[in-house]
Amino acid sequence: MAVDLEKILRPVDRPMPPFPPKHMTIASGEEMVIRQVGRDEIPDVLPFIAPLMYVERDFYDVVAARVYSELMAYYKHRVQDEYVLVAQIDGELCAVVNGRMVTEDVGMSLHTLALRRGLRIGAHAFAAKMEYHMDILGHKEVLVVAESPIGFRRWMIEYDLEKRFDIPHELGGVPSWALTRELFERARDTLVVGRRPVPDDLIEKARAGILPPSDPPTPPEDLLAATRSLYDPTGTALVLQRWRQEGKVGG
Amino acid sequence: MRDVYVVGIGITSFTRLEYPLSEIAAYPAMMALRDAGLAAVDHLYVANMGSGRVNHQTGLASAVADTLSLTPAGAEVIENGPASGASAIKAGFLAVASGAYDTVLVTGAERMREVNNLEATDFVATLTHPIAENIYGVTLPSLAAMFTRLYMERYGVTERHLAMVAVKNQNNALLNEFAHLHQRITVEGILDSPEAMTNNPYVSTPLRFFDCCPVSDGGACLILASREMAEGLGRPLVRIAGVGQATDTHCVHEREEPTDLLAVRRAASQAFEMAGLAPSDVDVAELHDAFTILEIVESEEVGFFPKGEGHLALERGETSLEGRLPINPSGGLKGRGHPVGATGVAQAHEIVLQLRGEAGERQVADARVGFTCNFGGFGNNVVCLAFVREN
Repeated sequence: MAVDLEKILRPVDRPMPPFPPKHMTIASGEEMVIRQVGRDEIPDVLPFIAPLMYVERDFYDVVAARVYSELMAYYKHRVQDEYVLVAQIDGELCAVVNGRMVTEDVGMSLHTLALRRGLRIGAHAFAAKMEYHMDILGHKEVLVVAESPIGFRRWMIEYDLEKRFDIPHELGGVPSWALTRELFERARDTLVVGRRPVPDDLIEKARAGILPPSDPPTPPEDLLAATRSLYDPTGTALVLQRWRQEGKVGG
Repeated sequence: MRDVYVVGIGITSFTRLEYPLSEIAAYPAMMALRDAGLAAVDHLYVANMGSGRVNHQTGLASAVADTLSLTPAGAEVIENGPASGASAIKAGFLAVASGAYDTVLVTGAERMREVNNLEATDFVATLTHPIAENIYGVTLPSLAAMFTRLYMERYGVTERHLAMVAVKNQNNALLNEFAHLHQRITVEGILDSPEAMTNNPYVSTPLRFFDCCPVSDGGACLILASREMAEGLGRPLVRIAGVGQATDTHCVHEREEPTDLLAVRRAASQAFEMAGLAPSDVDVAELHDAFTILEIVESEEVGFFPKGEGHLALERGETSLEGRLPINPSGGLKGRGHPVGATGVAQAHEIVLQLRGEAGERQVADARVGFTCNFGGFGNNVVCLAFVREN
C-alpha cells in the first residue's frame, strides 16, 4: 500500500487573516512599507539573510541562522501557523520579522532581523508584528525572547514586558517574556506607528520585487582595520575593506 | 615660549571597538608617528576619563608607552572629564613651548561600550556635583535638557533648530570614514512626519534621541613638536596658535545666569588673545555638541555670533559645510561620536586635517585658521584651541 509521507510530515495551517500593509516615514525621511509575504516570496528573501550568518556582531549570526531555517521551514511546510512580514524602502529589503500562532489566544514572536541599522527600522517592524498578533489575530498575549542586548532593550525594556519564565520559548527553550494586551495598548500611541492604506505607488513598488539591502551589516575583514592602515600604502585599511565589500578590488 | 606644531595625526574608527583600551590609545599613536615620520618621542600624555571605572584599568599611560615601545619616555594620564583630550593637548603644548621636550605624543582614548548605555550615562554623570546634583539623579542629558528649556524661553530657539543641528552634523558624518553614525537623517523624519515622535522620542524634554551624541569607543592622536623639529620633518606646518582654559561653578544652579557658558567665553577669549586672532578669522571649527543645543550656544559664546543669534546663523546655513563658517565638518560629537577622553584630540585631528587640505569630501575650502572647543562637565571646565596653517 502506497503511503504519502508528505501528508504526514506537513502540518495543516489554521486560517490566519492577512496583515494589512502599512507605511511610515522613518528618520531618514524615506517611506517604509511593511507587508506580509507568502511562501512564493521566501526564495527572494533568503539570499539576503544568508550572508548575515557570518556577522558575529550583535548576535546577527545566531539570529540570521535561525531566521533562515524558520523561513525555509515555512517555505517547505515544516512549521505550523507561521507568518512573515518584511519592511521595504523603495523595494529594498530592510527588515524581516516572523512569528507563529500557538493558540487562538497566544502568539509566539520568533525573530526580528534588521538589514539596515540605526533608524529604528527593526523596532518599527517588531511593532508591526505585535500589532498583527493583537489587532488582527486577536491574541491575548505574545511570547517574546531576545537573543541580543539590543533586542532586550527594544522589547523587554521599551514595552515593559512581563515575565513568563515558567513557559519555555520555542527559541532555545529559554524563559519567555510576554506582551499582554494591556501592555500593547499602553505602547500603542508611542511605539506602534504607521498609516493605512498604503498609497498605490508605494505598495506596487514593494510588491514588484524584493531588492537587495543597500547597507547590510557585514563581517569585518579585519577588526583592527584602522590600525592596519599603517601597512596599507593606498590609504586606510578601512577604505580597502569597504572597497573589497563593494567588489571594487579583489581579495 | 616656543612655537608648537602638530606634525602627526592618527585616529581610529569611532564605534564599538573590540580591542583593549590600551590598544585603542596606541593604534592612532602608531598612525600619528608614521604620519610624522618619527619613531620615538620625548614624552606621552594620554587623555582618558573612565578607564578605572569602566574598563577596570588604571595606569593607562604606562600601558600605552609600553604597547608603543616608547619606553623609557615619560608618560602620564590627563583626566579632565570630557575635556580630557584638549587638556592633554594643552599639557603637551606647554611641555614643548617651555622647552622641556621637543616632541610630545598626545593620545586620547576611551572604551565606553564595554558597559551598557545606562551604565555609560551613569559613569559620565559622576562628573556632576556628588552631593548637590548627582544624588538627585541628575545626568548630563537632564542637565542639558533644563539648560535647553531655559535657552528656548529666553532666545527663541526651537526644537526645529535642534533638529537642524542634528541633521547637519549627522549628514557631515556620512563624509567621515571614521565617524560613528553613518545614517542620513532629515528634519521630516525626526520632527515633522506623523511617525517622528517614535523615530525621535524625548530623552529628557525638550531633548530628543537625535539631540544626543552616541556612546562611542575610539582614539585619536596628535604628535606635537618644536619649530626646529617640525621644519625638519617636512610635514605641513600647522601651529597651535592659542590655548585657553577656564572653569565655572561645579553646580550649574549656582551660576548667576545659567544660560551663560562663561567658561566657554573665557577659554575662547584666552585662546584668541594668545593667537592674536579674532573669531571672525576662523575658517572652520569643531565645537562640543554632546547635545545639539551646545553647538548653538558655544557658537555664540566663543564669539562667532552674537549672544542669542547662533540659531539664526544656523537657519541661514552659515555653519553648514558650504557656509561662511562650517562647524563640525567631522560630524561633531553628534555624528562622529563621543568617546569622552578622546573627543578633544579628535576635534584637533579634524582641524589639522582641514588645515592641511586633507579632509576629502568634507574639505572646507581654503581653510587656514581652525578652532576647537572641548567642553568638560556641564561647562565647568572648558579648553579651547586655535590652529593656524603657516605654509
